[in-house]
Amino acid sequence: MEAPNIVKISAEVPVEEYGKERLSSFYETMFKIRKFERTVEEKFLGGEIPGFVHLYIGEEAVATGVMANLTAKDYIESTHRGHGHTIAKGADLNRMMAEIYGKKTGYCQGKGGSMHIADFSVGMLGANGVVGGGYNLAAGAALALKLQGKKDISVVFFGDGASNRGTFHEAANMASVWKLPLLFVCEMNEYASTTPYRTATSVADIAQRAYGYDMPAVIVDGNDVFSVYEGAQRLVEHIRGGNGPAFLECKTYRVKGHFVGDPEKYRTREEVQKNIDERDPIMLFEKKTAGVFGPDELNAIQAKVDAMIASALKFAQESPEPAASELFADLYV
Amino acid sequence: MKNITFSQATLEAMEEEMSRDGSIYVMGEDIARQGGIFGQFKGLPDKFGDRVKDTPISETAIIGVAVGSALAGMRPVADMHFADFMGVCMDEIFNQMAKVHYMFGGQKTVPVVVRAPDGIINQAAAQHSQCVEAWFAHIPGLKVVIPSNPADAKGLLKSAIRDDNPVIYFEHKGLFSMKGDVPEGEHLVEIGKARIDREGTDLTLVSWSMMMHHAAKAADKLAAEGISVELIDLRSISPWDKEAVLKSVAKTGRLCVAQEAVKQGGFAGEVVSTIVEEGLEYLDAPVARVGAPFSPIPFARPLEQAYRVTADTIYDAVKKIL
Repeated sequence: MEAPNIVKISAEVPVEEYGKERLSSFYETMFKIRKFERTVEEKFLGGEIPGFVHLYIGEEAVATGVMANLTAKDYIESTHRGHGHTIAKGADLNRMMAEIYGKKTGYCQGKGGSMHIADFSVGMLGANGVVGGGYNLAAGAALALKLQGKKDISVVFFGDGASNRGTFHEAANMASVWKLPLLFVCEMNEYASTTPYRTATSVADIAQRAYGYDMPAVIVDGNDVFSVYEGAQRLVEHIRGGNGPAFLECKTYRVKGHFVGDPEKYRTREEVQKNIDERDPIMLFEKKTAGVFGPDELNAIQAKVDAMIASALKFAQESPEPAASELFADLYV
Repeated sequence: MKNITFSQATLEAMEEEMSRDGSIYVMGEDIARQGGIFGQFKGLPDKFGDRVKDTPISETAIIGVAVGSALAGMRPVADMHFADFMGVCMDEIFNQMAKVHYMFGGQKTVPVVVRAPDGIINQAAAQHSQCVEAWFAHIPGLKVVIPSNPADAKGLLKSAIRDDNPVIYFEHKGLFSMKGDVPEGEHLVEIGKARIDREGTDLTLVSWSMMMHHAAKAADKLAAEGISVELIDLRSISPWDKEAVLKSVAKTGRLCVAQEAVKQGGFAGEVVSTIVEEGLEYLDAPVARVGAPFSPIPFARPLEQAYRVTADTIYDAVKKIL
């Protein structure tokens, strides 16, 4: 079924027109997320990182393309798979890695871990361990902005699986009725935990659901940072214009398991490899910008990021753990 | 002092606080156009316009939005219509609202007040009559207050709104029309402080909310028999004033705790076990715990009557430990 609220778009602006600075920033952010996640994966498998971790590898273009349309005053609500959003929103890598290590120097002083990182100084209102837990919080932040007479917006990230939560429908309705400055960003990554989305979801495009709430929707290739950027740009303009919420669906693919250690019995290795070979967002970026960057330029960005991640890792590893006496700290104000 | 109803006392608290602080807003079902189903919000929209919001029937969104707006600098008051509906938005209450401050290392406070009309009134049956305060006293990060009279209703609501922690404010539906003397203007009741309703020497009777009035009747009946009851209104159950109860039991040597909610797993059990743990040497007799039977609340009059805790239930329980 084609819903009349949906527009499917691909990037139209020639990459050269983005300017080298913006292009470098896209690449640096995507590569930073990739490298950060690879490091987290390695250290988790090596037993250094406890708890659960959910990796954003393969979905870097979504966070990068959306966040390039936001400022630090705009709010985001993230998910259990939240490292990418947090990095793209401008959080500090040292404090992120330290939190994932459960260290005192982490964003939450070791109280949160991978699924509960927040950085209110850059408008990152928090990852959420409950799938679908972010919509209404993001709507609340949007209501606050509206009541305060500000022009900033609120953005909620979620997966196809989370769109089956009732929380989506309550937030979407309320945001629409109250014309809240809220952007819904669906990361359609094909799997809800271990369940292929089509076996548990009533619609082919999650964006169809936005029609029920009178919201405009755009569907883009979520692995093409330029399409994500331009799709988000169109909707962010709509929202900043005071026209109420909007919906962006990014078709991407979760290259890694639901969590590190997932045996992935629900899909074939070939399917995963095909997505890596044909749709990797960093590879797609490199192809599209081949005429803009020489190989040395991208290598230089990579080297810079490598150094940042190495430093974040060292910071996390060498930081102290919180003292047991801090158990009750910040329970009440 | 003004002699006003419990409902008017809460309205006074809302008006005073909303006038004082522009970041306070209130939302819920039927509160702006209707003035609240118990009239407890009447007139507020005239004074505060868009800061009094009718919501869709979406309890999950109400609490989630309250929390999110608090993270962005607002001080919301969210009305739940009936406390029974808090099950709908439980994740937003116990996984989001209660944990955000702690889980994010104290980066942001969550100054949300959730108003929850509870309790038995007019045969409202199984899904519109419950007292669920114990659920929330079990959740670290929340405060839970539960006034029994108009003065405390005002003072605790004002304190709850000013508190930077999330506070659940239970208001018994049977109390809304009850009148009492309420201090005008600035009147704050400290959260976590009990009130000695009457002093006594033979037995400590602890209660809260509507059950305080049944407890007072039981105490009157006992007084007529020459038994001196010290009656304590907890007013807050998280945190709760353990010291006040311990002090009283040290004097009286006997303890009875009475609640309207189902006895099993109820907050009375918490009070009793704490006093047994920390004040066993004061006790001259077994403790008595009074609460409703382990049953949903039935509709038909004889069944509802059979379910209800009354002054007689409390009187009988006390007589057994004297």
